[in-house]
Amino acid sequence: MSLTLLEGNEAVAWGAHRAGCNFFAGYPITPATTILNTMMKILPPKGGICIQGEDEIASMGFCLGASMAGMKVMTATSGPGISLYSENISFAIGSEIPIVIIDVQRLGPSTGSATKGADGDIQFLRWGSSGGLPVIVLAPMDVSDCYLLTVHAFNLAETFRCPVFIASNKEIGMTRESLELDAVALPPMVQRTAAPDNAPYLPFATTGISGVPDFMPVGGETIARQTSSTHGPDGYITVDPEVIAKNQARLRKKLEDSLDTFTFYDEHMEADAEVLVITYGISARSVMAAAKKCSISGTPVSVLTLKTLWPVPEALIKKKASGYKRVLVVEMNLGQYIHEIRRILSNHSVGFLGQMDGNLITPSQIEEFITNA
Amino acid sequence: MHSFIDSSRPPAYCPGCSHEVVTRALDKAFLQMGLHQNQVVIVSDIGCSGLFDIFFKTHAFHGLHGRALTYATGIKLARPDLHVVVTMGDGGLGIGGAHLLSTCRRNIDITLLILNNFNYGMTGGQFSATTPPDALVGSGFLNQIEKPMDACRVMRAAGASYVTRISAYQSDLSAEMEQAIRFNGFSAMDIWGICPGRYARRNKTTFKTIQAAIESLPPFHGPVPENFREEYGEHYRQKASMQKPLPAPMEVAKKFPALFNDRKEILILGSAGQRIVTAGEILSYAGLTAGLHATQKNDYPITVLRGHSACEVILSPDKIDYAGITAPDVILALGQEGIDRKKALFSNCREDTFVLVDSTAEIPDCRGTILSIDFKGKKIKRQDMAMAALSLLAQQQRLINPDMLEAALSIRFKGSTLDRVLALVRHFAIVENNG
Repeated sequence: MSLTLLEGNEAVAWGAHRAGCNFFAGYPITPATTILNTMMKILPPKGGICIQGEDEIASMGFCLGASMAGMKVMTATSGPGISLYSENISFAIGSEIPIVIIDVQRLGPSTGSATKGADGDIQFLRWGSSGGLPVIVLAPMDVSDCYLLTVHAFNLAETFRCPVFIASNKEIGMTRESLELDAVALPPMVQRTAAPDNAPYLPFATTGISGVPDFMPVGGETIARQTSSTHGPDGYITVDPEVIAKNQARLRKKLEDSLDTFTFYDEHMEADAEVLVITYGISARSVMAAAKKCSISGTPVSVLTLKTLWPVPEALIKKKASGYKRVLVVEMNLGQYIHEIRRILSNHSVGFLGQMDGNLITPSQIEEFITNA
Repeated sequence: MHSFIDSSRPPAYCPGCSHEVVTRALDKAFLQMGLHQNQVVIVSDIGCSGLFDIFFKTHAFHGLHGRALTYATGIKLARPDLHVVVTMGDGGLGIGGAHLLSTCRRNIDITLLILNNFNYGMTGGQFSATTPPDALVGSGFLNQIEKPMDACRVMRAAGASYVTRISAYQSDLSAEMEQAIRFNGFSAMDIWGICPGRYARRNKTTFKTIQAAIESLPPFHGPVPENFREEYGEHYRQKASMQKPLPAPMEVAKKFPALFNDRKEILILGSAGQRIVTAGEILSYAGLTAGLHATQKNDYPITVLRGHSACEVILSPDKIDYAGITAPDVILALGQEGIDRKKALFSNCREDTFVLVDSTAEIPDCRGTILSIDFKGKKIKRQDMAMAALSLLAQQQRLINPDMLEAALSIRFKGSTLDRVLALVRHFAIVENNG
């Protein structure tokens, strides 16, 4: 066995490299900066492009332009940068621009604490855009996940032509950790579907009610249009309510109807357990440590670690929670994803443990919560 | 081809709008250049200037207000062979000011056409960054108390290598556009025109007043020699081609049996400049040589060479779940600032915790075995204390042994630096044996 020592952020960069990323733009911000630094070392020597924008808005703009010209693009920031990305995120959702966005979360609100971790952006990532359409958010719990989920994120961005977020955390991104790189089972690389050459190209034409438009790059042989305005299949402004409604519904359904193909999770299921803990991100590791202790002390506990947070894998959550007397949600904020779990498991008693003081939730806090709550 | 304008979507502006004149001139410029429609991308902004992409049969990218230059930059970097033309009004000029300055500084081969009609036409004639203070606009008196910006002077100051100020009604506008598009670098044209729907109704604006106003200002006619330099994309690719590839992440094979079979938590505490983080990395690599998993978390302030530096390392034969320190197995207490930063953790020490402390530092009361070392007396420099402490751990077969330590140093360092640190850890060991 061989082990490699990488920061979560470095693992994201190497995952991007493996996924075929050839364009990165970002603005430095702790705790995400080392992604920019690593991409700066990886991309230029291999003919890719890595640039530092004058701000986060420019960095997103560079990425969206390059993506529509056919490149595989990524950017990385933290909560304050996501705020500045917001309008361009809406653009990427509505105009179906593939992009991978890494949010190495830090303690907010606002400037908050640059070097303290939190999972405070979990609802923000889902809802921080105008229009309210869904996005994909994947949550790594360790350095291996940073590597693997970044590859998945690129594939999903290419498949569904949408922004895909990695909800990392300072505690993963800036923690250096061993991993067995060769043991990470990477999926095959996916490229967006090219439009056929033999038919007139309509940039947003799709088949079916949840289809994804075929791609032709801006600047290619065939003329391509991109627009942030409400558009029909031809990429021109439309005011036709039927066309508009159909497109809005499709932007939802193209993700939600395929959710089972990208519902990533880990489970640790104990026979005879009465309690199921649902968690994600860095907190999952404390939960696993607590579950081991509980098991030793005679209280078996099951754990469901969600790695696909949005769209919410409702079917999975319902299925896994069935038969448990109690469900507990542990997350590194004051209660965000708990709202989804309570909505889905309305017949269960769902308890909550959260914390937002810059420190990790400890295994003993969780153990005590499981035992006493 | 007779026109780049889409005959099925003819230009539709308010009657008398100068944008139509500019649209025709741009079409003529493309034709004069003998371009094909798929060699051109029009990147448009929000506002009336954002209608341009619709009327042309070229590639089109219509994005957010003020951000057109950022999309254009991404497109041009991805496809250097394309002619990228950005249309923006005086609204985009103001809201995208940071991008304007940076695009000028970068000198990327994009052509910016500023359709400057001194107000926000689309939203009802509010004042913009170029509205004269004596104009009557839809923002009450606000334009009277701000100074309009001269886009050309701003762009020249920001490093633009090609700037033209011109009236939309100048007869050779299309020839001027062609020159700007042909220029290899960032080229910008500040094109002054009439907004009949919103601005000219209350402010007398004619071809003549525009011409007179332009003539009253310092002339800008194309090349700005003081700012000439390499085109950004070409320069980028040339520099990039000289960069060495980053080696793939290093894989460390297990070479030695581990000295323990449970999780160990180690704190290395000191001050900035003591190479605390490097010591943590060496310890982690030493663990990897014994097939152990490792996590390393660092804590230091924004200042370099000032303040605390604290490093938390966990080594374990199993994959590490919780990566925080609860009860340290080993503390290397090498500097007061780091000790003070993590003082709460000293109370979690157990009887079998090993605490190595620099004799000049003070640690809180704690359980465990405490070994005080006079590093200064042993002629160990401040920046070498952490490495010397690792050497001592290795000599005592505590967590790691000398083979693991030296293997870790060989992973992390090369050449003369490696020789120096190897000499340091070996010398320190001898000092300890003799002392």
